[in-house]
Amino acid sequence: MRHDTIEKSLNLMIVLIVAAISVGGLIEIVPLMMSSDTTEPDEGIGVYSPLRLAGRDVYVREGCYNCHSQMIRPFRSETERYGPFTTAGETVYDRPFQFGSKRTGPDLARVGGRYSDDWQRLHLMDPRALVPESNMPGYPWLADNLVDPELVTAKLRALQLLGDPYTDEQIAGAAAAVEGRSELDALVAYLQELGTNRKNRR
Amino acid sequence: MPAFWHWFVAAGTIVFVIWCIWLITWSAKQGPQNVADDDLVGHKWDGDIEEWNNPAPKWWLYLYFITIAWAIGYMIAYPSLGNYKGMLGWSQAGQYEAEMQAATENYEPIYEKFAAMDFVELSQNAEAQALGKSLFASYCTTCHGSDARGAAGYPNLTDDDWQWGNTEAELLTTIGNGRQAAMPVLAPALGGDAGIDNMVKYVKSLSGGEADAEAMSAQPMFMALCSACHGPDGKGNKIFGAPNLTDEIWLYGGSTETIRETIVNGRNGQMPAHGDLFGENRTKILAAYIYSLTQ
Repeated sequence: MRHDTIEKSLNLMIVLIVAAISVGGLIEIVPLMMSSDTTEPDEGIGVYSPLRLAGRDVYVREGCYNCHSQMIRPFRSETERYGPFTTAGETVYDRPFQFGSKRTGPDLARVGGRYSDDWQRLHLMDPRALVPESNMPGYPWLADNLVDPELVTAKLRALQLLGDPYTDEQIAGAAAAVEGRSELDALVAYLQELGTNRKNRR
Repeated sequence: MPAFWHWFVAAGTIVFVIWCIWLITWSAKQGPQNVADDDLVGHKWDGDIEEWNNPAPKWWLYLYFITIAWAIGYMIAYPSLGNYKGMLGWSQAGQYEAEMQAATENYEPIYEKFAAMDFVELSQNAEAQALGKSLFASYCTTCHGSDARGAAGYPNLTDDDWQWGNTEAELLTTIGNGRQAAMPVLAPALGGDAGIDNMVKYVKSLSGGEADAEAMSAQPMFMALCSACHGPDGKGNKIFGAPNLTDEIWLYGGSTETIRETIVNGRNGQMPAHGDLFGENRTKILAAYIYSLTQ
């Protein structure tokens, strides 16, 4: 048996390990990266506006995905509660996507418009003021932090470089669009749009 | 999936499975089985514990082959080779549609039965009420509370005070299309702190408080600014969702500070639209349930 040849040569072992684990990726992941189902946006799905993009980054920074998924699975028990199941074409501008695998809180993929702006604000500041049995933490500092206009402009430029269809006018107007807005404003704007721009809401 | 990627996935998968079979068969043939003392891997622990250079045990080997047989069976039965649909014709979307179809057949007759019923009759039907109650628990309690008594800014649905009305048509509109109230910012129009304080006193007096001279001094201003929505007598107007100010029921709170806040900053209460989410039949059952809360 010649396995000691492999076991005693680190370089050969590295090459063989990489080859072994690449097979799955080559067969399962690469074709998806080339498929229009997963790379083209669904009808009605567009890029995030500057304020919503800032809100999305607040969502990611605060770790909302640790408790909230944004992926409605194709089961009746899910679609009755949250709305139509999530498709790949909806998430093409999500970098990274917020699918998630843990639901301490409800799925948020279609939360846009389900509650009023006032509700979202108050709920983010102090969840138990509205839902006494809630175990979600409050995020009161979001109201005091302002969105950085320069940073948003830079993010838009980076996304444009990656191929997201932001126009130069959008990038030029980004700073003005978020000027003086708090992170709370941005996050509420982001949440209120979630799932609202797909054609078939139900 | 384009043809190239179909073949890429299908051929890649099959080649990989064949390669697995070859690798396992080949490696099983290698090496002796406990033949000589010198066939050790060369590791030595605690002075005398050594490792034989033996192939894996047979039962382990058979597990590999069972796994491969399972994979081949799976690939034949289920869609796993590119565009090949699988012998069972299973698909995720198909499974979901079958589930929805079964639910429609089960539940639609129940909803149809209720859809045909008169609204008031529906609000007294025990079965419909049970359905309405569970709909309310799923969708409404987040704002209106599990007891339907609301919270500051979210109306109590168990009292007789209805900003937007509680007839069948009004309830259906409220639930289906949502409502958007607009109490404007009135601080600049009231002429400074004294004017605001007087208006707060006047508004409080409408619900049975004492109306002193300071409060009454705000009355002309109330007529000019507030009566368009709240009415000259402060009894509100369902068209604008303007609350009745004379019934001691306060949507945002009736303390001096809260009334002041409402007047100074305005309010924009919003009931989100649920028509798309619920569909007509469920909206009606829910409306009837809410109607029943005050009957």
